[in-house]
Amino acid sequence: MRLALEIALARAAGRLSRLAGAGGGTTVPGKLLWKVDPGAVDRLAARLPLGSALISATNGKTTTAAMAAEILRGRLRLAHNRSGANLVSGVASTLLDARGAELGLFEVDEAALPEVAERVRPRAVCLGNLFRDQLDRYGELEHVAAGWREAVRALPAEAALALNGDDPQVGDLAEDRPGAVVFGVDDPAVARPALQHAADSKYCVRCGTPYDYAAAYVGHLGDYRCPKCGHARPRLDVIAREIRLDGLASVTFRLETPDGAEDVRLGVPGLYNVYNALAAATLARALGASLEEIRTGLERFSAAFGRFERIAVGDRRLLILLIKNPAGANEAVRTIVDGGAPAHAVIALNDAIADGRDVSWIWDVDFEPLLPGLDRLVATGDRAAELALRFKYAGLDAAAIEVIPDLERALDRGLELTAAGEELVLLPTYTAMLALRKTVAERGFVRPYWEERAA
Amino acid sequence: MNIIVGHLYPDYLNIYADRGNIAVLAQRAAWRGHELEVRSVSVGQPVEPGEHDLLYVGGGQDREQEFVAEDLVAKADGVRAAVDGGAALLAVCGGYQLLGRSYRDLNGADLPGVGLFPLETVAGDTRMIGDVLLECELEPGVVRTLAGFENHAGRTLLDAGATALGRVVAGFGNDGQSGYEGCRVGRAVGTYLHGPLLPRNPWFADWILAQALARRLGEPPSFEPLPDELEQQAHAVSAARARSRGGRR
Repeated sequence: MRLALEIALARAAGRLSRLAGAGGGTTVPGKLLWKVDPGAVDRLAARLPLGSALISATNGKTTTAAMAAEILRGRLRLAHNRSGANLVSGVASTLLDARGAELGLFEVDEAALPEVAERVRPRAVCLGNLFRDQLDRYGELEHVAAGWREAVRALPAEAALALNGDDPQVGDLAEDRPGAVVFGVDDPAVARPALQHAADSKYCVRCGTPYDYAAAYVGHLGDYRCPKCGHARPRLDVIAREIRLDGLASVTFRLETPDGAEDVRLGVPGLYNVYNALAAATLARALGASLEEIRTGLERFSAAFGRFERIAVGDRRLLILLIKNPAGANEAVRTIVDGGAPAHAVIALNDAIADGRDVSWIWDVDFEPLLPGLDRLVATGDRAAELALRFKYAGLDAAAIEVIPDLERALDRGLELTAAGEELVLLPTYTAMLALRKTVAERGFVRPYWEERAA
Repeated sequence: MNIIVGHLYPDYLNIYADRGNIAVLAQRAAWRGHELEVRSVSVGQPVEPGEHDLLYVGGGQDREQEFVAEDLVAKADGVRAAVDGGAALLAVCGGYQLLGRSYRDLNGADLPGVGLFPLETVAGDTRMIGDVLLECELEPGVVRTLAGFENHAGRTLLDAGATALGRVVAGFGNDGQSGYEGCRVGRAVGTYLHGPLLPRNPWFADWILAQALARRLGEPPSFEPLPDELEQQAHAVSAARARSRGGRR
């Protein structure tokens, strides 16, 4: 009875928040519920007849969860936090909204994973990668990794675990969990010539010696071996081979699983999306999806919220790629350049808590591949000037840089620079992405995110 | 003139965009007709006194800092001799701590440091994270501000009589209590400020460059000003952040 009352109150709070115009109100009910009675989250999760699955990673968790949802939604009713509210409160809000859902599918913030796993008692967990991210908020990588190790130890014995073996910190978790299913990329033809500047876990997790990489794919993800103690990538169970990158349009690969193999064509580009697809496939398989369901689900997938999203704005198009840390931003830059380096770009740097208050990370991003093609950079957001300096000291002519801190004005300037029929590249940090998307929604080009629901 | 920079452990100590500081030094030197030549000095390689005009030591995560700590102590004589011989030095965050006399970890164990700066650092159990604003007087009568970001668990205690880099206007500083930040010994400066430090504080980048040139010119040259409007804007935003939200735990 008490739970029912709490649910009703919390839902009413969410509606009020939306009526008051305070954005989506997606986490308001959950925050309230969590404050009033933290244990209510546990009881709500326990009501889902098929339990819950959790997805965490520094980069790609929203996309991975959206891909998994696309695979599973044909036969299951899902409670899915699709707008990326991924703290305990966001999971609670989604549970509150999940009338009639059978399975919970939650992306979870890296630091929140231990608590969410303890409350939700998941039947499956998928762990994708750990990159250096917002040190002012998460602390050092080692601390997050230690939290994951504890969370994995505390999982119910019957819970399935999907791990990215190409990440040394994540792959090492398979040691403690013999039933873990390990995924990774095996295609040296698409490897990068060298580890990128921002590669983080390049030292052996056991003995600290730099790894030898037979192939490095994204940041420190790859086929690694320690020359001193022999710690190496675990044996892969779910593998992507024969990868073909096709600019901004798509990427195709051969998905090999213990149940057989399928060729998959993704409608989103980039090697990092192959990792997201592998993660989603491995998780969905653990939840009972067939190989055919996995392939068709992945091929149906178009884009996750603000992650690689094309929005038509009159006779022009926006291409939005979220940037939030060096590894993810490097992939965004590389993907754009692979599709033909743009002549104009709008890059937005905010420094709210959700963006990271410490903006030093932009200096670790390899923006340099954008420079040769760039005629005009519109730097925007609360830290627009700092972003402009990043490009100035990379060698971009100061005359090619426009500093317009106001996001809406910067968007208009970017559209003005874009010819009819052309595409404007937008690289915003998280809160800048929300604000820009809100502007576009207010102009009637896209529905607000809290109204979007899977059909 | 070629300005020779010894960049210590660029592969380990690079957590807070240390390459941004190097890029700013390189460009601002180039705009004055000098070339910055950066030479990596990593594990097992000695610091040869007389080779470098400037030494740079960045910050690392705890694990990476542990990897290099022992090696840096083995380089201590070389580092001190370089500075005694007139080289400038800039150390940020972890590098700043390692160049002090010692670091006491949470278990109370004392780890030796290089002993260049007259200070000790004691690990704390909470981190001091946030925007910082300092007021510095590196030349008598010339007061200027430095804006940056700090993120450290260590409490750094300067010896009596030691010179700080600046007075804390907003933020935590060396230990969250003394009201001072960083340490200066002649042409050597250590600080917790990253952000990175130099892009938004161009006067300080020029000061470091001038100190590096002083080793060979006898005294620091004065530079023609550069068009620094973007730098000033970035400084103003960073300083405003420190005033409004610096020093929160």
